[in-house]
Amino acid sequence: MKPSRLTLCGNWILERFPLTNLWNEHMAHYYAPKNFNFWYFFGSLALLVLVNQFLTGILLTMNYKPDAKLAFDSVEYIMRDVNWGWLVRYMHSTGASAFFIVVYLHMFRGLLYGSFKHPRELIWIFGMLLFVALMAEAFMGYLLPWGQMSYWGAQVIISLFSAIPVVGDELSLWVRGDYVVSDATLNRFFAFHVIAVPLVLVLLVFLHIVALHEVGSNNPDGLDLKKIKQTGRRKSDEEEEEKILRGNNPDLKIMDSIPFHPYYTVKDLVGVAVFLLFFATVIFFMPEMGGYFLEHANFIPADPMKTPEHIAPVWYFTPFYAILRAIPDKFAGVIGMGGAIVVLFLLPWLDRSKVRSIRYRGGIYKKALLLFVISFLALGYLGTQPATPTATTFARIFTVIYFGFFLLMPLYTRWEKSKPLPKHLTYQPSLEERLPALIDTFHEVTVLTPVQLHDGTVVNKRRPNARGILNVITRLAIKLKKSLD
Amino acid sequence: MNTEGVDKSKRQFLTSALTVVGAVGTGYLAVPFLAQMQPSVKAMAAGAPVEVDISKMEAGQLIRVAWRGKPVWILNRTPEVLETLKTLGPQLRDPLSKESIQPVESANAERSIKPEIFVAVGLCTHLGCSPTFRPEIAPPDLGDNWKGGFFCPCHGSWFDLAGRVYSGVPAPTNLEIPPYRYVTDTQLIIGEDLQQEKGA
Repeated sequence: MKPSRLTLCGNWILERFPLTNLWNEHMAHYYAPKNFNFWYFFGSLALLVLVNQFLTGILLTMNYKPDAKLAFDSVEYIMRDVNWGWLVRYMHSTGASAFFIVVYLHMFRGLLYGSFKHPRELIWIFGMLLFVALMAEAFMGYLLPWGQMSYWGAQVIISLFSAIPVVGDELSLWVRGDYVVSDATLNRFFAFHVIAVPLVLVLLVFLHIVALHEVGSNNPDGLDLKKIKQTGRRKSDEEEEEKILRGNNPDLKIMDSIPFHPYYTVKDLVGVAVFLLFFATVIFFMPEMGGYFLEHANFIPADPMKTPEHIAPVWYFTPFYAILRAIPDKFAGVIGMGGAIVVLFLLPWLDRSKVRSIRYRGGIYKKALLLFVISFLALGYLGTQPATPTATTFARIFTVIYFGFFLLMPLYTRWEKSKPLPKHLTYQPSLEERLPALIDTFHEVTVLTPVQLHDGTVVNKRRPNARGILNVITRLAIKLKKSLD
Repeated sequence: MNTEGVDKSKRQFLTSALTVVGAVGTGYLAVPFLAQMQPSVKAMAAGAPVEVDISKMEAGQLIRVAWRGKPVWILNRTPEVLETLKTLGPQLRDPLSKESIQPVESANAERSIKPEIFVAVGLCTHLGCSPTFRPEIAPPDLGDNWKGGFFCPCHGSWFDLAGRVYSGVPAPTNLEIPPYRYVTDTQLIIGEDLQQEKGA
């Protein structure tokens, strides 16, 4: 049969560009462990949010004016007069918060399943660099609307540099380009936010994924998955496999793994759909998120003469901000805040446990991680609140726990007794399979009681069953206790 | 033409030489690139002195003016306030202003040229927020130890009405006093000394 023009056209490209190889290497023949769960959605979601930020960001630059006299009004202009400007702006501002939610959950997955451990240290380092670049991007972007919070937030964060001995004052002057945060600062932050940092982000995402695909994905069991020879397969299967794997080690496959495409592309699509549901809800019904995503004081134009009564950074910076405030010394505070991020970089070398996944770790790591999560959330809350003496005391306690989790890790992970690892990936029941048990629980906590209606008829209605509820709570408590051992 | 293979040491020398020359060249290029982000000539020139008329100020009144884009406070202190200031020494981090920034004329107990008129840059020495003027004594939110002063809402630093920082708060030094002088008894000029220094 004569090849069609389209095929010829495709071949012309393939002879000059390794499109098939790239696709196979990173999608169709990239083998990922078969038991990825909920926690594995957030990598692809981070990529989705990044694309959202790029698209909406490009649209915003078409109407935004990076000028101290015009910036605030141009944002209002986008919100009121530009067609669909409000949507694009809210997608961008909500996207910023969504980015951090997704990235924090993505990082937490790493803590759960030891994804930062050997041989994935470099993936973690690239990821942490991404996190730092993302914080810089978000901070600079927040100055652009030129509201009160933009202005004083930038004033405080840039002043952090001045705490560095000897060069500090010169450095903060250089960052601002003026003696106070001013038009010069706004203009350079615009340049960084719109082109410099996004380029760094894209480069780091590329490195993060290349490093991941070199060593392969971790899994919820934290097992090392070996490449295995395909044996004992039926002839037809082998031929099929041969076809799929052509040109890519046809007799090698990674145990307990499935090709990323189509299996995980389809799974991630489900994640995308659920994520977009939440994302759209926020954009359309609560774009300011009660002052957490867009702070109220930022609807007042920047006034260099007056600081708002209560200033707090956007929620995703508050844990680190609370650490800064907890330390009653300027330089030590800045060191503490920076140290809280630096210590995350060191994680692969602080953890001395032999196993990766929390499923096979001893109880001490589970308890430590639980304490860490509590202190991180508590610091995040305290960072949004005024610095009263009580709040400061609590912030100090949680700061100690935060650093304790990391700095004591070499000790407690060495002591802990890990559980034996299985030979193969384990299987966890899916949501559908858990449904019958859930229905049973529902029956247990409720009881059918005859109820007399106003007209005298008696019907059976479900009412809470105290005894059943108590049983379920006890069972859950025992289960929680066990899972922490 | 040399047919006896590669002269490795020559190649090594050329590689090193090129690296050194390239690094020096990059260094030279970095200077204008980095210096470009320093405050421009226009930004430096914007520090023009500000004249302030204080003839209409009442006792206890605070006025704010903008100098170099920063808030500058002028406070008319009452004799009671000046009395209180003398008693605060033990609670302060730097009561004699030895580590703080002020012109020579203001390096005294009241941190001012004339005791009653206090002039300061209204930015916290911690992270640059503008503290709130709280002249009242022992308000409920600040507690009984508050003898009137400036409170920074950002990170909770305390300053007295001479801009001196209390100990145990994040701010490291007293509030900065800008260079200023009296043209007449009721006419202040802020930032002129500095201007003359630059011009000289």
